Amino acid sequence: METICTVCPKSCNLSVDDRGAVTGNLCPRGETYGRNERLHPVRVLSSTVRVSGAIHHRCPVKTNFPIPKNEIFDAMRLLDDIELIAPVLEGAEVVGPWVTTREMAGA
Amino acid sequence: MHGYDLIVIGGGPAGLAAALAARAGGLREILIVERDIELGGILNQCIHAGFGLEYFKEELTGPEYAGRFIRLLRETDIEVALDSMVVEITPELLVRVIGRDGERTLAAKSIILATGCRERARGPLGIAGTRPAGVITAGTAQRYVNIEGYMPGKCVVILGSGDVGLIMARRLTLEGAKVLACVEIMPKAGGLPRNIVQCLYDYKIPLYLSHCITEICGEKRVEQVRVARVDENRKPIAGSEFAIACDTVLLSVGLIPENELAQAAGIGIDGENIETATPGVFVCGNALHVHDIVDKVTAEAQRAGAAAAAYVKNGGAS
Ligand SMILES: Cc1cc2nc3c(=O)[nH]c(=O)nc-3n(C[C@H](O)[C@H](O)[C@H](O)COP(=O)(O)OP(=O)(O)OC[C@H]3O[C@@H](n4cnc5c(N)ncnc54)[C@H](O)[C@@H]3O)c2cc1C
Repeated sequence: METICTVCPKSCNLSVDDRGAVTGNLCPRGETYGRNERLHPVRVLSSTVRVSGAIHHRCPVKTNFPIPKNEIFDAMRLLDDIELIAPVLEGAEVVGPWVTTREMAGA
Repeated sequence: MHGYDLIVIGGGPAGLAAALAARAGGLREILIVERDIELGGILNQCIHAGFGLEYFKEELTGPEYAGRFIRLLRETDIEVALDSMVVEITPELLVRVIGRDGERTLAAKSIILATGCRERARGPLGIAGTRPAGVITAGTAQRYVNIEGYMPGKCVVILGSGDVGLIMARRLTLEGAKVLACVEIMPKAGGLPRNIVQCLYDYKIPLYLSHCITEICGEKRVEQVRVARVDENRKPIAGSEFAIACDTVLLSVGLIPENELAQAAGIGIDGENIETATPGVFVCGNALHVHDIVDKVTAEAQRAGAAAAAYVKNGGAS
């Protein structure tokens, strides 16, 4: 796998083999980053959900912790049938790993 | 005429931090004028994480970052006029506002311009072709998707590899669109490496470096773009052209400070200093110059707020 290290602005181009051996890194942090990216990559996701009774029809949400990269589209589907009702607080649990990222007053 | 100590124009992160710093510097009568129906500026549509690492030492989304300042503001008696647009300022520090109850002119002892920036549109790029629907800036698409809840298209090509375009490549993919390519004329991507990895590589979206869109084709709606490799002078190389069928083109080709108000009033802005050429008028955030990181906007705006406070307290001599 080829990727770019995002630990620091040097942005090393990394190659990682199937067992997680890293080349191209200039420092040990790049090695850890590359191995994790190959063996169990995780991401924080953001999206929006429907909300009624607020100034907009969408409320922004994020996963409250990094989720495995291969579960991204499953996590997105969780949001499809959700509709929040204003007022909404920031940090409120929505479904699964998702929490709201802004408060929205009732209009 | 009623006179404010300070009128802040724009309620994005720059305006919020400037007003709070001016209050901390001792100013009493402060008004923020914001043309949108809410505070927060562009941050409201930037729902991804990546804000606040410098200022708060934690990674926040745009709305979370704005929320922190909006809550601080609520604890003060700083006045806020929403849905109100400043249409003119004068070197005598008069501010003409059009809002829900019509037009009014307000006097101020100091003014801070915090009007942000806007995106470069298709016109200056000089791309050949027709003028079909479906060509929009990445920031407009961001607003459609994240605030209004509309999808701008199904098959998307992104021109330019600035961060807003990269972020939208991922966002549209997550919402079910097919992002077919990101086309960048320079040999190197414009956006952060982190966004290249997490917005393009993660979703296997091809990045065409040293390529440009030579033509946008379509009758009513975009039907395809023609893409060519460019040489070291950024001129398309004959014979390298290929077509990509798509219904939407997102432009992510740069931001320009928004300071028509100062220009129209003959108030000089040098793009570097928070002081303008007119005493008592200050400028900060993306209205001064485009910032990649909102934390830097906050720091600059705090300096502008403190400078306005010092100016007013010294009776107009800074
Ligand atoms: C589309 C887009 C996406 C961006 N995404 C990111 C990102 O993901 N991460 C990042 O770090 N930075 C991003 N930026 C940069 C971002 O703009 C800055 O980090 C920061 O938000 C700038 O703050 P500001 O207060 O100067 O401007 P803004 O947030 O743009 O706020 C300016 C405010 O002034 C108001 N205003 C303008 N003119 C008037 C007037 N005449 N009267 C009344 N009100 C007025 C506007 O409505 C707006 O609310 C993005 C910029 C754009 C344009």
